Amino acid sequence: MSLAPAPMLIFEHAHPGRRAHAQAPYHAPAADDLPADLLRQSPPLLPETSELDVVRHYTRLSQKNFSIDTQFYPLGSCTMKYNPRACNALAMLPQFLDRHPLADAETGQGFLLSLYELQEMLKEVTGMAAVSMAPMAGAHGEFAGVAMIRAYHDARGDTARREIIVPDAAHGTNPATATMCGYVVREIPTDRQGNVDLEALKAAVGPQTAGLMLTNPSTLGVFEKTIVEIQQIVHAAGGLSYYDGANLNAILGRVRPGDMGFDVIHMNLHKTFSTPHGGGGPGAGPVGVSQRLQAYLPIPYVVMERDYYRWAEEADVPHSIGRMSAFGGNMGVLLRAWVYARMLGGRGMQRVAEFAALNANYLAAELQRAGFELAFPQRRASHEFIVTLKKLKEETGISAMDFAKRLLDYGFHAPTTYFPMLVPECLLIEPTETESKETLDAFVQAMVAVKREAESQPDLVKSAPHKLPSRRLDDVKAARELDLVWKAA
Amino acid sequence: MPFIPHTEADVAAMLASIGAPSTDALFDEIPAELNCGGLPGIPEGLSEMRVTRLMQGRAARDGFYSNFIGAGAYEHHIPAAVWPIVTRGEFYSAYTPYQAEASQGTLQLLYEYQTMMASLTGLDVSNASLYDGATALAEAVLMAVRANKTGARRVLAPATVHPRYLAVTRTTVRNQAIELVDAPYDAATGVTDLAALDAIADADGQAYAALIIPQPNFFGALEPVDALTDWAHARGMLVIAVVNPLALALLKPPGSWGEVGKNQGADIAVGDGQPLGVPMSSGGPYFGFMTARQSLVRQMPGRIVGRTVDLDGQAGFALTLQAREQHIRRSKATSNICTNQGLLVTAATIHMALLGPQGLKSVALESHATTRALLEKLLAVAGVERVFNGPFFHEAVIRVSSPVDDVLRALRAQSILGGYALGGDYPELADCILVCATETKTEEDLEHYRQQLQRILSRRGGREPGVPPCAYK
Repeated sequence: MSLAPAPMLIFEHAHPGRRAHAQAPYHAPAADDLPADLLRQSPPLLPETSELDVVRHYTRLSQKNFSIDTQFYPLGSCTMKYNPRACNALAMLPQFLDRHPLADAETGQGFLLSLYELQEMLKEVTGMAAVSMAPMAGAHGEFAGVAMIRAYHDARGDTARREIIVPDAAHGTNPATATMCGYVVREIPTDRQGNVDLEALKAAVGPQTAGLMLTNPSTLGVFEKTIVEIQQIVHAAGGLSYYDGANLNAILGRVRPGDMGFDVIHMNLHKTFSTPHGGGGPGAGPVGVSQRLQAYLPIPYVVMERDYYRWAEEADVPHSIGRMSAFGGNMGVLLRAWVYARMLGGRGMQRVAEFAALNANYLAAELQRAGFELAFPQRRASHEFIVTLKKLKEETGISAMDFAKRLLDYGFHAPTTYFPMLVPECLLIEPTETESKETLDAFVQAMVAVKREAESQPDLVKSAPHKLPSRRLDDVKAARELDLVWKAA
Repeated sequence: MPFIPHTEADVAAMLASIGAPSTDALFDEIPAELNCGGLPGIPEGLSEMRVTRLMQGRAARDGFYSNFIGAGAYEHHIPAAVWPIVTRGEFYSAYTPYQAEASQGTLQLLYEYQTMMASLTGLDVSNASLYDGATALAEAVLMAVRANKTGARRVLAPATVHPRYLAVTRTTVRNQAIELVDAPYDAATGVTDLAALDAIADADGQAYAALIIPQPNFFGALEPVDALTDWAHARGMLVIAVVNPLALALLKPPGSWGEVGKNQGADIAVGDGQPLGVPMSSGGPYFGFMTARQSLVRQMPGRIVGRTVDLDGQAGFALTLQAREQHIRRSKATSNICTNQGLLVTAATIHMALLGPQGLKSVALESHATTRALLEKLLAVAGVERVFNGPFFHEAVIRVSSPVDDVLRALRAQSILGGYALGGDYPELADCILVCATETKTEEDLEHYRQQLQRILSRRGGREPGVPPCAYK
């Protein structure tokens, strides 16, 4: 005798007439004032389930996820470090949650003071003249930054500057952002040491250059040794320099983009300041600027006047690139970042970079010792580094993707694969400072075990994962036979 | 060392493995002259207990208010079950589900979310969310311009769309030579003036890519969505609906707007998902939703989840159509967006599942009835009148006989947030307040508001101009 298949989707758990009765008003009156032609004729496809059905379903779904709270997540360029619980608890104090965004500033002085302090701390961390926390994610911060660069050139009538220079190792958001700001992207290559190719940069700049977007330490996990020269070349050509702060955690308390002469930086608070990734968001992408871009900062940001805190809006910042969200941005994320920053303090922030570098360099050394090939063995790792499986692929047919999937079976989230695209069969590995030596050692053992399997039982690795809720999923079918919403049979 | 587990012995062993004399040496590739030598301007670290005391004190100082502001963020009851599940570490601390096999929980939830939003809006497909309602409108405008084959780069934007949504859209599309053209509202009804639309569209013979239709509009008024949709389609424009998702439990979904036929319905629907289980939180994080016709799916920005099968033929879920996105297509992507507001979508999905079709409709009905009851009370106060006639949903505009700022300040002194002053966005409505009451407000709350407003407006009479009304507490 076989059991009927268990229902999978919440809709398949539903039964007509079942309800979570406590969750809606018991006696809702009719809307007899509304004309019939404006009303909905048939109910939406929402599940009819009990409260227990819902709680059990979504609790069980959560258990199908990897997460930082359950697994090591050495995901390069994503900074998957521990998200302290206190940050969540304090950002969710009821006074903060229940505050309406359009409530007068006088009703939220404690809230605004905290945001103001965070703004000031971010200025100190980056060495920039001013900060706006309006952007709601890294890419949103990038948009603000490039839009400010454009506003600056436009205000000077310098409208022939149509190009943004982006190194080929950059995140995809850099070129996509330049396009959204109406710019043409000019890519420049990386040299064999992992640095921006200075000669190529010199050849690329000119009167058409609006600016350069540079990630440092780069996505190759190394510090640009000639960073000052790079940004001087851009400035000399009349362009502005954009510091992509995706990897700010690697330099906290060591070097500051403002001191290096950069005009604008965005920060990913969900990386460096440990706010949660939440399965894909929300993030926060504050921007910091040098004095010459201050007039263009996105609104709103917090200003203090005689110990009174309020939002700077259109009238305060007439040259602003404008508003970036309906209200002020991802406030709850900013509060979490404030709590984190206050718990760490200045010395704690410095330790973030110190121990992120220690963990990355230790893991790189141990993996190299265990027979893995580093993409840049002659370089110091910053907070992350790249292993290339090119040889393994040639010898065994096992790709970085196969390798990553098999690591999942060992209970480790996979490193970032196939990014940056410059390095063949790459694993971009970022351990973060919150992981212990034992965890890193266990990860090395798992890497070694998978490598052995690749050499001895390649089919096992190629067909991985074997122990997860799903076997390998068919991406081609997903894209070719689009099934994006469920329909009742 | 907060959140750093290393013992001294660990550090020594790790440095030995690396072959470095100190952690400082790990930074030897950074030019020495760049070293800033720490962050003296950042205060010293605080223990969890100390930072808790500090934050609790600030929260207590801000306190609680009886809120009658809507204007794009709405106070609704959130079932107690929602956020404890959302903040489970497995959702809270998970990454974007690029490794599908290790992310089936998030991916299945997103597929369920897409299903719910598509059905709620009456359209075919949904993405996995955008930053907020305003950026969702901006992305919809970019999408409509891409999709409209006429090459038109102008979009008709009625003045009844949330002013901040329009401001964000302008910020976003300005550098791509796309123009938002204003369309006025009818002073009597507070909805888009169809006759004025004709005049604008005929003015210079240039084509428009799309018409934006808000429902309910910023004033709470219900737009003639069928007539507007048919008008836009007859002129070759796409229709972008901006909707309150809670209202859609009650109101005709965008996919059913206009005359029945092949072209029926809005082409794209967007809005803010905040009313679906997301606290007001001083403005965020919320999430923007976007749904559309099937034919537009490849023009959509943002993540999309699809159902597929695994090696064993079992159903499973994965991100799909990624060739639209920045990490694959780079400078040719549909948007630069990389994240979605995953955690908020998690809340909304659980919220919608708990409420179900009946529960969501009950909340909409109760909210609307509460606003009607509030209006009835307030309009009985001398010096208060209604501004627009015609149907509305759970939000409406009143005119008051005393200066709006004074009235709202005096109400605040009684711990009442009396509504949103419209004069900043609409100078012609300088003496008007947009008020909203949701299902969270009781008869006592409404009565308290009425009594205080009556007191404030009556004491105002005969007062010297410029002298604020009594603000005792």
